[in-house]
Amino acid sequence: MEGSMVTPAPALVRFSGIQKTYDGEHLVVKNLDLDIRKGEFITLLGPSGSGKTTTLMMLAGFEVPTHGEIYLADRPIKNMPPHKRDIGMVFQNYALFPHLTIEENVAFPLSVRKVNKAETQERVRAALRMIEMEALAQRRPGQLSGGQQQRVALARALVFNPQIVLMDEPLGALDKRLREQMQLEIKQLHETMGITVVYVTHDQSEALTMSDRIAVFNDGIVQQIDRPDALYEHPVNSFVAHFVGENNVLAGTVETIEQGYCRVALASGGSVMARAVNVASNGAATSLSVRPERISIIMDGATSEGPNRLPATVQSTIYLGDHTLAVLEVGGNEEFMVKLQPGGHNGLRQGENVSITFRPEDCLALDPV
Amino acid sequence: MTEAFLTRADAPTDVPLKRRLKRAERARQFKALSLVLPLLAFLLFTFLGPIAGMLWHAVDDWEVRQVLPHTVAALAAWDGKDLPDEKAYAALADDILAARAAGTLAIAAKRLNYAVNGFRTILTSTARNLKAQPEPGTAKETLGKINPAWRDRATWAAIKGASGPVTSFYLLAALDLTRNVDGAIVAAPPDQAIYRDVFVRTFTIGLSVTVLCLILGFPVAYLLATLPAGPSNLLMIFVLLPFWTSLLVRTCAWIVLLQSNGVVNDSLRFLGLIDAPMRLIYNRFGVYVAMTHVLLPFMILPLYSSMKAISPAYMRAAASLGAPPLAAFLRIYLPQTLPGIAAGSLLVFILALGYYITPALVGGGADQMMSYFIALYTTETANWGLASALGALLLAATLLLGVVYGKLVQGQQVTGGMKN
Ligand SMILES: Nc1ncnc2c1ncn2[C@@H]1O[C@H](COP(=O)(O)OP(=O)(O)O)[C@@H](O)[C@H]1O
Ligand SMILES: [Mg+2]
Repeated sequence: MEGSMVTPAPALVRFSGIQKTYDGEHLVVKNLDLDIRKGEFITLLGPSGSGKTTTLMMLAGFEVPTHGEIYLADRPIKNMPPHKRDIGMVFQNYALFPHLTIEENVAFPLSVRKVNKAETQERVRAALRMIEMEALAQRRPGQLSGGQQQRVALARALVFNPQIVLMDEPLGALDKRLREQMQLEIKQLHETMGITVVYVTHDQSEALTMSDRIAVFNDGIVQQIDRPDALYEHPVNSFVAHFVGENNVLAGTVETIEQGYCRVALASGGSVMARAVNVASNGAATSLSVRPERISIIMDGATSEGPNRLPATVQSTIYLGDHTLAVLEVGGNEEFMVKLQPGGHNGLRQGENVSITFRPEDCLALDPV
Repeated sequence: MTEAFLTRADAPTDVPLKRRLKRAERARQFKALSLVLPLLAFLLFTFLGPIAGMLWHAVDDWEVRQVLPHTVAALAAWDGKDLPDEKAYAALADDILAARAAGTLAIAAKRLNYAVNGFRTILTSTARNLKAQPEPGTAKETLGKINPAWRDRATWAAIKGASGPVTSFYLLAALDLTRNVDGAIVAAPPDQAIYRDVFVRTFTIGLSVTVLCLILGFPVAYLLATLPAGPSNLLMIFVLLPFWTSLLVRTCAWIVLLQSNGVVNDSLRFLGLIDAPMRLIYNRFGVYVAMTHVLLPFMILPLYSSMKAISPAYMRAAASLGAPPLAAFLRIYLPQTLPGIAAGSLLVFILALGYYITPALVGGGADQMMSYFIALYTTETANWGLASALGALLLAATLLLGVVYGKLVQGQQVTGGMKN
């Protein structure tokens, strides 16, 4: 599944055959193998309940794997208590200590390590400067806004220069604008400090924006681990194609496969050429995946070349500022999205019959959903 | 329409906005007040009234004033340096005769006897031997002859000291202090100076029981707050169980368990751990055991509620930041339970201060607390003044603690970052 081209740096963390169950009945994490390289920003992406937090908690030492072993710098850490792992963690609800001031919160990891006073003061001040909160050093967490608390939690997890920083949906409680700003700040911190970050989110756009690599989780299984662009362009299955980015689905049956391409007969009639990514053999059911921005609309009557041309009916258009989205009915799918370029096709009317076309290489034949 | 409404509300009308708000609020406040009115009346009747009465009794000095009114008036101008003049003696003879006729002399005698031991005898013998009002000018001589105590300045000083209307006598007595002949405050004679000891004992027992409850209750509260719901609820029932049995029954159960041939001693002897029965009851040990048992839930419940509010994420955060379990507990968990510790300790301590039945049943003579003496003075000797003074001092100490607690809690005001 590995799609990266860069020569891999040595793994700092290695999950090897990890399984985890809480109730002894069903596995929350099923057979996880995952390498985390030194200095990279890796994101665990997946829907709620897919086992991301559990994975993170096993790495932090708060949950014990039911089976398998985790290696930190090639040493097994199953029996190493959390406070010896040297892993900083940012919790979803920040978990700032309410009875300590901001300064004391940030100084906490240094004071438990018995760093001397002068150095502690210096490093705390530097950390607060980094998050631009020197002025609020004497406040209590309860007196800060959500975004400010988030920053403090970040500073606290970074101030002791841990080997790895774990973040579990750290921006989930913030509003959209603040979230985007914090995404950039975290990314910048990662780049300037060169730390290893394991980031958990269920927001695919956040994952695409920030990560060096993304591991897509579903139902306790890692579906694909790849760079953001590879994940978007070359999803290995329907789940990844659907979860990462916008996606249109058409159901069909494989007729022929040759040279990496296949001809697929659509359930609603007609056929298209698609890239054969995850199809078994002739006659197998498949799900076709096409991104909205890879589709063109042809007004009825106009001609076009290319093998993939399907009739469509306009349902509605949605104005989104930088672009417009056309919602079409194609082959029984009534929510078929097409991204329109500004200025183009302004005249689409509801109920109008048009045609759509896309290149075979932009249409992926994947496992049926 | 919205606009029109806004304009109207903002526009300066004849009634200012503030007053209109007040008027609107007043109806609401009135309703709220009427809801708590029954409780207020009840409290006034059963709580505030008796407390005010107690405070008044602690300083009220009416007996001598009522029984010997002329003497009190005649002594008003007395400087206390010498014996009072003839007029005072005549007034006293006058008062004694009147009181004898009315049968009220015993009231004054009882009060004066508190101040000077044997005063009752002085008064009754004088009343018995005084046939009639002495001739003018001879009262001093006559009374002196009947009882030489009337030639003693201290006797008169006692009457003047007890002439009211208010007195510090009882409050001083409750602190083992008294006034000497010249009115200066001095230590009470050793045979009457017992109350400081009793205060120290009361506070020692209260404090020890509080510490015991804290030591025993903290782990239980922690378990309650961290166990899964099922076991936690079961444990909670065990904690609350003592509330469903009467105090008396529980205390008597301890007598059965701890007495010389009780369950504990018999078991220990059976196991061969001891030869002779240990003394487990009718001493301080028994008091501590029984009181701690009775008061434990009052410690556990506030602790539990403060612990329940502490998110487990804090301890995880502390561990991830490098704190070993003990450091995380001491620096992160414990400080957040302080409000619960303070509330529970205050509750247990104040309840313990007022304990009466339990020490009376399972304690020895040297383990009786302040309430025992208060009960003694109200029910046995009817010395309301001293009983009230002891009660007032206990109340003052308790209020002081309450104020200290309030200050502590205010300084500790914590608002969690977890709450948004
Ligand atoms: N402490 C726990 N005890 C029992 N089940 C748990 C516990 N934590 C998580 N689970 C279950 O494990 C599954 C995965 O949870 P989690 O790892 O939190 O997923 P995610 O973080 O991806 O949303 C969920 O079904 C959840 O109900
Ligand atoms: Mg989660």
